Amino acid sequence: MNGYQRFFHGSTKVCIDVGALPMSLDTKADLFRLRLRPWTEKITDQSFRLLATVLASLVGLILAAILLTVLAGSRTAMATFGLGFLTTSNWNPVTNEYGAFTAIYGTLATSLLSLLIAVPLGVGTAIFLTENFIPSKARQIIGMMVELLAAIPSVVLGLWAIFVMEPFLRPLLNSLHATLGWLPFFSTEPEGPGIAPAILILVVMILPIITAIARDSLSQVPTELRQAAYGIGTSRWGAIFQVILPAAISGIAGGVMLSLGRAMGETMAVTMIIGNSNNFSLSLLAPGNTIASMLANQFGEADGSQVSSLMYAAFVLMLLTLVVNVLAQWVVRRLSLRYT
Amino acid sequence: MNTSMNPSSRPQSTNHNPETCLSLQNVSISYGNGKNVAVNNVFMEIPKGKVTAFIGPSGCGKSTVLRALNRMNDLIEGCGLKGRVLFDGQDLYDKRVDPVEVRRRIGMVFQKPNPFPKSIYENIAFGARINGYQGDMDELVESSLRKAALWDEAKDKLKESGFSLSGGQQQRLCIARTIAVEPEVILMDEPCSALDPISTLKIEETMHELKKTFTIVIVTHNMQQATRVSDLTGFFNVTDLVDYEGKVGCLEEFGETERIFNSPAQQATQDYVSGRFG
Amino acid sequence: MYWRNGLCVVSAYVILESPMTTSPLASSGHRPADVAKSTLHRQPNLPRNRWNAVFTVLAGVFAAIVVLPLLLVLAYVVIKGGSSMSLKLLTDLPPAPGMTGGGIGNAILGTLIVSLIAALIAIPIGVGGGIYLAEYSKSGPFASFVRFGTNVLAGVPSIICGVFVYGLIVATRIFFDQSYSAMAGGIALAVLMLPTIIKTTDEGLKLVPQELRWGAIGVGASKFVTITRITLPTAMKPIATGIVLSIARAAGETAPLIFTALFSPFWPEGLFNPIASMSVLIYNFAIMPYDVQIALAWATSFVLVMMILIMNIFARYLGSLNRI
Repeated sequence: MNGYQRFFHGSTKVCIDVGALPMSLDTKADLFRLRLRPWTEKITDQSFRLLATVLASLVGLILAAILLTVLAGSRTAMATFGLGFLTTSNWNPVTNEYGAFTAIYGTLATSLLSLLIAVPLGVGTAIFLTENFIPSKARQIIGMMVELLAAIPSVVLGLWAIFVMEPFLRPLLNSLHATLGWLPFFSTEPEGPGIAPAILILVVMILPIITAIARDSLSQVPTELRQAAYGIGTSRWGAIFQVILPAAISGIAGGVMLSLGRAMGETMAVTMIIGNSNNFSLSLLAPGNTIASMLANQFGEADGSQVSSLMYAAFVLMLLTLVVNVLAQWVVRRLSLRYT
Repeated sequence: MNTSMNPSSRPQSTNHNPETCLSLQNVSISYGNGKNVAVNNVFMEIPKGKVTAFIGPSGCGKSTVLRALNRMNDLIEGCGLKGRVLFDGQDLYDKRVDPVEVRRRIGMVFQKPNPFPKSIYENIAFGARINGYQGDMDELVESSLRKAALWDEAKDKLKESGFSLSGGQQQRLCIARTIAVEPEVILMDEPCSALDPISTLKIEETMHELKKTFTIVIVTHNMQQATRVSDLTGFFNVTDLVDYEGKVGCLEEFGETERIFNSPAQQATQDYVSGRFG
Repeated sequence: MYWRNGLCVVSAYVILESPMTTSPLASSGHRPADVAKSTLHRQPNLPRNRWNAVFTVLAGVFAAIVVLPLLLVLAYVVIKGGSSMSLKLLTDLPPAPGMTGGGIGNAILGTLIVSLIAALIAIPIGVGGGIYLAEYSKSGPFASFVRFGTNVLAGVPSIICGVFVYGLIVATRIFFDQSYSAMAGGIALAVLMLPTIIKTTDEGLKLVPQELRWGAIGVGASKFVTITRITLPTAMKPIATGIVLSIARAAGETAPLIFTALFSPFWPEGLFNPIASMSVLIYNFAIMPYDVQIALAWATSFVLVMMILIMNIFARYLGSLNRI
């Protein structure tokens, strides 16, 4: 019995009649040294599996570490200010009194309002780029430009916002204040940086995301569905609104939620243009703050209870984005079950 | 329990018969963690150095049984097997058995040609290398391609991608790849179903060559093919099962191809081979 | 957001299709008696056709509005930044406040170093995690937990990555009692890159046809050999594309760096000291009251944007290559 025939480990039942085997096996099979796997090969196999598992579990570990670090850092502030932190708008490093209402309001106002502007623009553009309004070559070029827009770093957009967009917008915002100044939202004189320019730069930032995701979802709508809609005599936009958009709704809704999360956490461009003021004002023309811009602005120079308060604010931001992102995943799953 | 089981396919004794290559003893296979039974209570003795064909209508579990013979079903989550599959007297599903070693001795050719995204040469050398081949690789590549009747067509483009070949050539490349590692058994899962008649003929010729060296088990939808290439034929059928909703596959009849096609013992076999259903 | 779209659908129905029931082209069951006399010619004045034209124009205008900022930003970056390009600018240190001249050499080098650190950390972890998801555990609670975690991590704001690394590494002075360091910045960026790399690896591997894996396993390859020799090389292009894109994104990130890598007006002094980077330089110099610094911020923007666009175009090129 040669090694080749000693097959499964420690087997006792091997009784191969060599004569009964086809001839060429004997001579040639001896050349296959690894027919019986050496232990090193099995160890490699198993340790690779283990390695992949460990690396995959690092994701959970990092998430937990982020949560714990932020939570641990904010312990003092949580104990001192409690939930009042969320509803007061004092931010005074001298007296060590902190309340994040201005920043939380700023975060919600900028992200929601920018979404309000960006969703119709983005979805409209996505429709324009998936239905055959213009030649496919042109569609591809515009689509690529939109994707490249997403690649521009936010700090560059911030620079552009400070020196180009804001001066350009100033007269516009001034006239807005002049005509609609009786509304609390436009009640202050525009003085450069403020919530309104921050909203507009956020629109520029999240538009590529919404457009790209909506475009993907729309292009995945099966052609048969389109043909069915046109086949019963629907007009082009009738088909878009009644058949194509509903079929793509899960992806679009998910994309909208994801961009909401992105807008909430967006830091640099907003920090550079929002004015970083902790004084609460309903007016969109006044300078304000978001949690992210407050962190970017103050974290480097803060110490003691201010660091803890900033960590508390960071924790609030994390919770907000976490809820939005989990909701996004849920929405996608929920709606896609309904439509496909 | 399938009452129409052919008694001749039951094992005469539990002792290992040296002429038997693969022995299936009361094998039942299910998917979805036991929810869907694919095939039930199969007894079968596949002899060494012969070509055994599995025929039967769609959904009768013949491919599932074939894939059980070299533990390819391990790759499908929730797929479970009851009973015993013996290879040279060894239970393939014993806990100590390494499925990778099983597949080095029982090779497989798949329904769709699946060459690796490598050169033709590397496609063949890959398997030989992982099996620790120490001989002359050029020689092995040439002899494998010759056995698979692909040498003349491929000898001038060994460095080209495997995808540059036609569908039939790709499938012969996959056969060459399988025989290059010198397995004892070659399993073929409808190897010609995606091919044109001429490529099919070439592969059948290849099989005639191969059966001098290997034990071959082939699943086929094509009954003429079964009569042309096989020594033994197993006819699988779908039946209703007591206490179970839906159809379940079973081995209806198993014997020499000659007998299965000319004087089958079962009416269902007669109906199937004469083209009355399936 | 669902209700919004629902509302759209309802109102669209009223606007676009209800006129049809009264139009001569009505396709509903209740056809007017004079349907036989009606013409098949297009009637531009039908409310349906008018609304369609309005929406088409609107969509085109929207697309123009979306593309416009890109062109404007690019134009300003090229005009204001590209005009001051010189070899000296790329190789000199930034000037002290109030001085003229100087360059951004240390920031360019710093961005390269920090991105490299991030890539070296994130690529092995991300590819390994992706392999686990795609090859070892397609379903099951742990795999869905990892997938969920990847999505959540992708949604964590970049500034939080900075806060996290600050709390974990900078404040604890874990590396040789150094607080701010290139290493800390690299780790923060790696956290940011990780989810993208895991996702693209997972998705890239899923694109590999199952038959290819069977082929390898059918000739007796072990899982390790199947993955490293067959599956991974086959999925190399989508994975490489994802990695290049994630590096490009990380290179432009500022928020995770401002209180981890900090900034330095000098050449990099090893991995465990503060380091300059282009993005932080733009942020710091943009809010300075000196024209020289602001001009440098534009010049840096030009270099950074060009670098990122080139990487994006390279990724696109990688993705467009045909498989073997």
